Amino acid sequence: MQKLFRFLKPYRRELIIGPLFKLLEAIFELIVPVVMAKIIDNGIARQDSGYILRHCGLIVLLGICGLCFALTCQYLAAKCAFGYGTTLRKELYCHINTLSCTELDRLGTSTLVNRITNDVTASLSGVNMFIRLASRAPFLIIGAIVMVLIIDWRLSLIFLAIAPIVAFLLWFVMHKTIPMYGANQKRLDGIARRTGETLDGMRVIRAFSRQKEEAKRFADDCADLEQAMLAVGRISAVLNPLTFVVMNLGIVAVLWFGGVHVNTGLLSQGDLTAFANYMTQILLAMVALANLIQILTKAQASSLRVAEVLETPGSMQDGTELPDTDGSEAIAFSHVNFTYQGAGDTALSDISFTLQKGQTLGIIGGTGSGKSTLASLIYRAYDAAEGEIRLFGKDIRTYSLDALHHCIGTVPQKAVLFTGTIAENLRWADADATEDDLQWALEIAQAADFVAALPYQMQTHLVQGGRNLSGGQKQRLTIARALAGKPAMLILDDSMSALDYATDAALRKALAACRDMTKVIISQRATSIADADLILVLEDGVCVGQGTHTELLERCTVYKEIYDSQMQQ
Amino acid sequence: MKHTIFRILRYTKPYWAHLVLALFCTLIGVLLSLFVPILIGEAVDLALGVGEVDFAGLGQVLVKLAAFVVVSGVFQWMAGLFVNRLAFGVVRELRTELTEKLGKMPISYIDGHARGDIMARVVPDIEILSDGLLQGFAQLFTGVVTIGGTLYFMLTRNVRITVIVVLMTPLSLLLAAKLTTLSHSTFQKQTQLRGDIGALTEELVGNQRIVKVFAYEKRAEERFSEVNAALGEAGRKATFYSSLSNPSTRFVNGLIYAAVGTVGALGAIGVLPWVGVMSIGMLASFLSYANQYTKPFNEISGVITELQNAVTCAQRVFAVLDAPPEPDDSHCLMLTDSKGHIALRDVSFSYVPEKPLIRHFSMEAKPGQRIAIVGPTGCGKSTIINLLLRFYEIGGGEILLDGRSTRELTRDSLRSQFGMVLQETWIFTGTVAENIAYGKPDATPEEIEQAARAVHAHGFIKRLPEGYQTVISENSGLSQGQKQLLCIARIMLTDPPMLILDEATSSIDLRTEHRIQRAFEKLMRGRTSFIIAHRLSTIRSADHILVMRDGSIIEQGDHASLIAKNGFYAELYNSQFAGSGETA
Repeated sequence: MQKLFRFLKPYRRELIIGPLFKLLEAIFELIVPVVMAKIIDNGIARQDSGYILRHCGLIVLLGICGLCFALTCQYLAAKCAFGYGTTLRKELYCHINTLSCTELDRLGTSTLVNRITNDVTASLSGVNMFIRLASRAPFLIIGAIVMVLIIDWRLSLIFLAIAPIVAFLLWFVMHKTIPMYGANQKRLDGIARRTGETLDGMRVIRAFSRQKEEAKRFADDCADLEQAMLAVGRISAVLNPLTFVVMNLGIVAVLWFGGVHVNTGLLSQGDLTAFANYMTQILLAMVALANLIQILTKAQASSLRVAEVLETPGSMQDGTELPDTDGSEAIAFSHVNFTYQGAGDTALSDISFTLQKGQTLGIIGGTGSGKSTLASLIYRAYDAAEGEIRLFGKDIRTYSLDALHHCIGTVPQKAVLFTGTIAENLRWADADATEDDLQWALEIAQAADFVAALPYQMQTHLVQGGRNLSGGQKQRLTIARALAGKPAMLILDDSMSALDYATDAALRKALAACRDMTKVIISQRATSIADADLILVLEDGVCVGQGTHTELLERCTVYKEIYDSQMQQ
Repeated sequence: MKHTIFRILRYTKPYWAHLVLALFCTLIGVLLSLFVPILIGEAVDLALGVGEVDFAGLGQVLVKLAAFVVVSGVFQWMAGLFVNRLAFGVVRELRTELTEKLGKMPISYIDGHARGDIMARVVPDIEILSDGLLQGFAQLFTGVVTIGGTLYFMLTRNVRITVIVVLMTPLSLLLAAKLTTLSHSTFQKQTQLRGDIGALTEELVGNQRIVKVFAYEKRAEERFSEVNAALGEAGRKATFYSSLSNPSTRFVNGLIYAAVGTVGALGAIGVLPWVGVMSIGMLASFLSYANQYTKPFNEISGVITELQNAVTCAQRVFAVLDAPPEPDDSHCLMLTDSKGHIALRDVSFSYVPEKPLIRHFSMEAKPGQRIAIVGPTGCGKSTIINLLLRFYEIGGGEILLDGRSTRELTRDSLRSQFGMVLQETWIFTGTVAENIAYGKPDATPEEIEQAARAVHAHGFIKRLPEGYQTVISENSGLSQGQKQLLCIARIMLTDPPMLILDEATSSIDLRTEHRIQRAFEKLMRGRTSFIIAHRLSTIRSADHILVMRDGSIIEQGDHASLIAKNGFYAELYNSQFAGSGETA
């Protein structure tokens, strides 16, 4: 929580001046009943119409000043709250960018998106309402207390007796509901996640005609949320009426003992009116305070969720070195072990190999054998649990991640493109890539022809995820995207699965011409990696063979089996 | 805006009892609370001065006051409970209906809208709607009752001063209305930007891995900041404008208070005879009424902001609900058991009108036949599947199943004739067993295991921390191939007359594919199957091969005849050995 306060620091001025102005307004508001009491006690008693008019003029003047103060406060509150919220949202997003895949896997996307959007909004609303109301209500209460103390301190003891009761009430409701609001936010996360999944799986759901069941599961989730909201509602619904009852019973006592004091001459009738007025004012302020506390309670629950993400440290230590890609050694693994967090089995064990600059590494193996995991260690999505990984001659952990990723072009298994034009997508690796660079990348990726045939060529707009393209087209664009940054090393993580053999072969031929680029190719197809300088054969996370195609055909039964299964035709 | 509000109100129908009770409790609670200032005034009037206090009368008034307060409190509390039930019920209803609607939307709608934007409508928009509804409803009604009640009490006390108060009310309303129009457009902008930032965040954070490997963080942050700053600006404006109304109406209230005070006091001393007789106690209670009468205006103007916000969000929700769904097909034929005879006659289709994709496409699949569709990427292979399952409707021609146009069949019954495995896997958050049994929820654990064994997935499932009961999701660390195996296992459990395999094994290694080939053979036996694959090994044994290029068939026949023809197919087929040809 403390962490969030620093985002308020730049708005120290607004945070102080805003409530201060609100305070001034409240003071003026507090004076009004005094002036009115004077009108009753002096003006009416003395039958002085001039006195009455003058004092009513004063009330109007106080109102005008109050208005000006209030408007200033509202302006400052909006400025501060949205300033705070905007910075917080940005920082939160930037922080998520520093998290490694381990934390992202653990947290999940939908909750992060929800925290960036909804929770930040709830938090900033809290700040806004705090500035607008937090000074006013307590001040009205304190001010009214001072006034009643001056009028008749003995009567005030009644108020001092009920104040702790109301305070306890407020505390109790807050204490009970904060965790419940947090739990409800989690339920909302679940609903968001399910919505996302349903959207992704729309075709499968319909193919199985399961729309009704999906709707039912949703309905269950929503009903569950409804019950939970009702539970919180039951507690917080008590707050306002109970405050109302307690305070008014206080007024009843004041009127009784006030009557006694009037009878003995300790109090005038006008003072009793003023006293009762102040008690009403305290009551209203208490109700406002109770409402404010409810808003703040929700804001608090959301702020905690935001803070939780901000306090999650990125488990990956960033280095400072810049990679020098001119050296001869490109990749060197020595006795590398890796296990996913929360998984039982090791994903990779005892992997060792060395690859020189400009060479091609082929990785082949069964489904779930650890091919993609090995690739993700090369671009340091995760850190190895044991063993050493050297890239461009130095320990991978010494490099600045940013600089490292600029040297490596990665093509992920799942072809994902982003909303925007093709050119914008291609400039992901290098914002300043020229038109020629992009064309070069498209040509190597065998995508130049189909892009040229599109109505707006490279300026064609892609809908989210590139849904308006076929699987193979998307895949070729993701390859071009990686190439457009002119990387020193290219990693293709089974990225040619949607390409037909002719395109696949043409692509490999074009890649082979880039002699300086080190290539890591993961594939199911023996033909795709047969030309590689070094081939790793993985099975259940263990390297069961490494060498060139011819060597492996002689020595490695697993490799031979794979190769034969494809060549038997 | 009015239309939207009425529409929201329609959703309260199932809760009419709660609504009536809420209104009733509010009415009682508020009316009783209105007696409070009168009784306080009466009590003050009974304490005139030294030795002039009527304790017997005072006692009676105070007992009455205490009773009113307690009863009013109880009713206010109950009203709150009823309103909660009403508001949360409506929210559940809306959200359920919205998600149900998504299941009825044409696939083209889902394909054409940003995922994050649709999600924003399901989650935050409805939340805001709920807040607005809850606050708006409770305060609006309380306000109306308070105004009505106070007006009545004031009228019974002094008609003339009441007239002054009522005459000044429009000032307050006018101001509030002016400010509302001022803030409405900024609110709309804010809501739209909130949708934008949701969509952007969803896209970027959802693909964080790609953002990372491209060291795209800085630029992602720039893009985020840009939308974020715009949202901050719009939010600041909307909030400021809407927050103007509260102090402004409060100011008007102050004026009314001063006017009542002046006129009342002048009346009390007899300077303004038309005001009538006025005691000090009466002036006191009148002053508090003036306060109480104007406060609701103040609150209502605050509520209007909330409502405005809620209405904008409701409009976004209703926009989805109003989008045309897949046309109703309840009058169509429910197909129960098809023979699997499919014919496409002269089918044409395009996603965008100006770019025809499939032109005059005809083919026939006899029951039990294995049809393979091959061709370069982007030639329209997957589109054929979209059309067969009626995810998209054909533009021209017709598709016949067992001699009957598929348009005459219900979509659900048509789709349930097909078992489909797509290249893009879909795993939902749930256990492995639930994922496999998706098409057959009542499958026994033995059946599930059998299906998993058939696709050689049993081994890796067993190694998961909790076996078949391990909760998995799209991003839970399963490899693409493993996910594909689970999707195939899904089909193994169902018994559809026809199969569609769209690159179903593209991420599965060939050895595993080879091993599950037997299961596939068994699955395809006697079923009409459509197979799309790049690996021509899968295709070689097909009864009929369609070679597509640019949306039309350029060659067809079986493997041997196509090779003999030495055309485009032969070229494709030979290319897969080209790579090894150089080394081997």
